Amino acid sequence: MTDSPILALRGVSKSFGQVHALSQVDFHADAGEVMALVGDNGAGKSTLIKSIAGIHPIDEGEILFEGRPVSIGGPKDAGRLGIEVVYQDLALCDNLDVVQNMYLGRELRDRLWRLDEATMEQRTRETLRGLSVTTIRTPRQLVAGLSGGQRQSVAVARAVMWNSRVVILDEPTAALGVAQTRQVLDLVRRLAEQGLAVVLISHNLHDIFEVADRITVLRLGRSVGEYAVAETTQQEIVQAITAGIPAAARSNGEAPV
Amino acid sequence: MSDAAPTASDSIPAARTDAPQSVGAAIRDFWNGLRAGDLGSLPIIFGLLVIVVIFSSKNENFLTAGNFVNLMVQMAGVTTIAIGVVFVLLLGEIDLSVGFVSGVAGVTVAKLVLPDANQTSAFVAIAAALVVGAAIGLLQGTIVAKIGVPSFVVTLAGLLAWQGVVLLAIGEGGTIVIQDQRILDIANRFLSDRAGWLLAALAIALYAGTKLLGILGRRRAGLPSGSLAVVGAKLVAFAAAILAVVAVSNRDRGFPLVGVIVAALLVFWTYVAKRTAFGRHVYAVGGNAEAARRSGINVDRVRIAVFMLCSAMAAFGGIILASRLFSVDTNAGGGTLLLDAIAAAVIGGTSLFGGRGEVKSALLGALVIVSVANGMGLLGLSAGLQFLVTGLILLAAVTVDSLSRKRLAAVGR
Repeated sequence: MTDSPILALRGVSKSFGQVHALSQVDFHADAGEVMALVGDNGAGKSTLIKSIAGIHPIDEGEILFEGRPVSIGGPKDAGRLGIEVVYQDLALCDNLDVVQNMYLGRELRDRLWRLDEATMEQRTRETLRGLSVTTIRTPRQLVAGLSGGQRQSVAVARAVMWNSRVVILDEPTAALGVAQTRQVLDLVRRLAEQGLAVVLISHNLHDIFEVADRITVLRLGRSVGEYAVAETTQQEIVQAITAGIPAAARSNGEAPV
Repeated sequence: MSDAAPTASDSIPAARTDAPQSVGAAIRDFWNGLRAGDLGSLPIIFGLLVIVVIFSSKNENFLTAGNFVNLMVQMAGVTTIAIGVVFVLLLGEIDLSVGFVSGVAGVTVAKLVLPDANQTSAFVAIAAALVVGAAIGLLQGTIVAKIGVPSFVVTLAGLLAWQGVVLLAIGEGGTIVIQDQRILDIANRFLSDRAGWLLAALAIALYAGTKLLGILGRRRAGLPSGSLAVVGAKLVAFAAAILAVVAVSNRDRGFPLVGVIVAALLVFWTYVAKRTAFGRHVYAVGGNAEAARRSGINVDRVRIAVFMLCSAMAAFGGIILASRLFSVDTNAGGGTLLLDAIAAAVIGGTSLFGGRGEVKSALLGALVIVSVANGMGLLGLSAGLQFLVTGLILLAAVTVDSLSRKRLAAVGR
C-alpha cells in the first residue's frame, strides 16, 4: 500500500442553485480498507459519490487519485481511473444471463465481429470464483431468476472485473434478507482483502460495524468527522449523524490526510 | 437451447442452466421448462399440426407438393418484413409503416427497371430500393430516439405518408408492370433438383460445422460443452427437415429461389441478433434501457439502427412481393400486409413488451398466417372469414404468451 490514499477529496463543495449539497467536505478511501459513508437523508452522501463518479462534477476543492490531482468531468473519466459505482438499483438486464450482464457494453469480440462467448463465460466464472460467489450455480442463468443477494453479487463482480481500484457500493444490503445480507457483507470484506478501496454507503450501522474499517459521517453537506471502527461505538456515530457532534474521540488526532 | 433445471428450493423448476450433459438431461430440462411456462415453439408446432389436419381433411389439394411450393413463395414477402418487425419489437417499440414502406420500395424498383430513358439494371434498382427503405428508417428512428415521439405515432404518420407516396408515384388507379427478368426471377424462379440437393447438403454441413466449432471452442476454454448425443439428435432432426423440404419441392417445380433468399436472411439476422454485440445491445435496450445506457451503450444509436434495418427489410419484402405479382399497383403494401407481418412476429413468439423473442419467430408466425390464408382460399371461403380466423389465432397466440409470461414471472425467470 502507498502512503497516500488511492482516492482523496479535499475541501470539496457542490451547489445546485441555492442549495449547498456539499461544502468543504474531506474524504478519502485507502487500498485494502472499507470506508463507510453515513449520514441522514439529505446529508450529501449521494451527491458525494456522484461527484466521485463524475455525474455531478465538483464546484470547488480537489480530488486526488494516488496523490495526484485529477479532474473527473464525466463517468468515463471515473471509469478510466478505475472508479466503479454499484448503484442501488443495480442496473442489470433481467432478460439477459449473468455473463451477458457482466460484459454488457464491453463485449469481447473475435476477428469476425462475433461475440467471444467462451472467453467471456470463462472469465465470468473466474471472477465469481475469485470473489467466492458460490451461490450462482451457472453464469448462463438469466438474471431474472436470481435472488436479491445474487443480483448484488453480479453487480459487484461486474464492477470489479475491470481492474478497478475503487468500488463504491450504494446501499448494497438495503433490500436483502438476513442470509443474503451476510453474503454481500462477506463479499465486501473480500474486495478489501484483494486490495481494493471500498466505499460503502449504508443506513445500517450494524452492517457497517461488521465490515468497515473507518466511518466518515456527513451531516447537512459537511463532514462531521472520521472514525476508526475499532475505536468508536454505534452510539457515538448516531450522535454524530443526528446532532453533528464532532468526535471528542477523533481519536488519532487528524485523519491521515 | 435455453433449458431449465430445478433450483434447490423451488418446487417449480426455474433456473436456466448450461447445455445439458446427456440426452436424459436434455429431455428433463425440456420438461422442466414446460412446467415453468417456457413453452418455446411448442404452441406453434401444435397449431400448425391442427391447421394441416383440418385443411388436408377438407381439401385434398392442401397437402400436396405443388401447394407446399406455393406456400413457400406466398409467405416469402411477409416473412422478410416480419424479420425487421421482430427487431423493433425486441426494443419494445412498434413500426406501423412497414406495409407502405414495402410499397414504396416496390414502386422504386418497378419505376427504375421500366424500359424507358432512365432504366437501370436490376441490381441498381434493388440497391436503390433498400437505400430508400433504410433512409425512411433513419428518419423515423431519429424522430423516435432523439425527439422522443412514441414510435406508435411516428410510424402511424409514416403509414399514411408512405401510402400517399405510393399513390402519388403510381398515379390514381394505375399499375406498373415489371418486365425485367432478373426482378421477376426473385419470386418466380425455381432451383433444379440437383441445385436443391446441393444447397440442402451445404445447409446441413454449415449447421454441423457451427455446432462443432461451438463445442470445440467451449472445450478449449475448459467450459462444460454439453452432450454430443443431444447435438447429434438435433443435427439429425435438422437434416431430416431440410431434406424433406427439398424432396417435396423437387416433386413439383423445385425449391424456390425466393426460399433460398429468405433462408439466407433468417440465418444472417439470427447471427446478428445472437452472435454480435449489436444484437446483444438490442436485447439489452429492450430489457432495461437505463441499464444499457449506464453500461455505456449508445441507446439512441441502437434504436435508430433497428428502425433502419426494419425499414430496409420491409423494402426487401416489398421487392419480393412486387416480383411475385409481376407488377405494383396503388394497393402495393396495403391490405393486410402490415398486420400480417406484425402478427407473424407475435404469433411466432416475440413479445410485444421488448427484450424477448427470436428472429425465427418471423418464419414460424408467417407459416401459420399464410397457411391459414392459403387453406381457406383453397376451400373457397370468404375474405371475411379469413380475417376472423386469423384474428382469433393472433389473440390465442398473445394469450398464450401472456399466460406463459405470468408463469415465468411467478418462478422468476
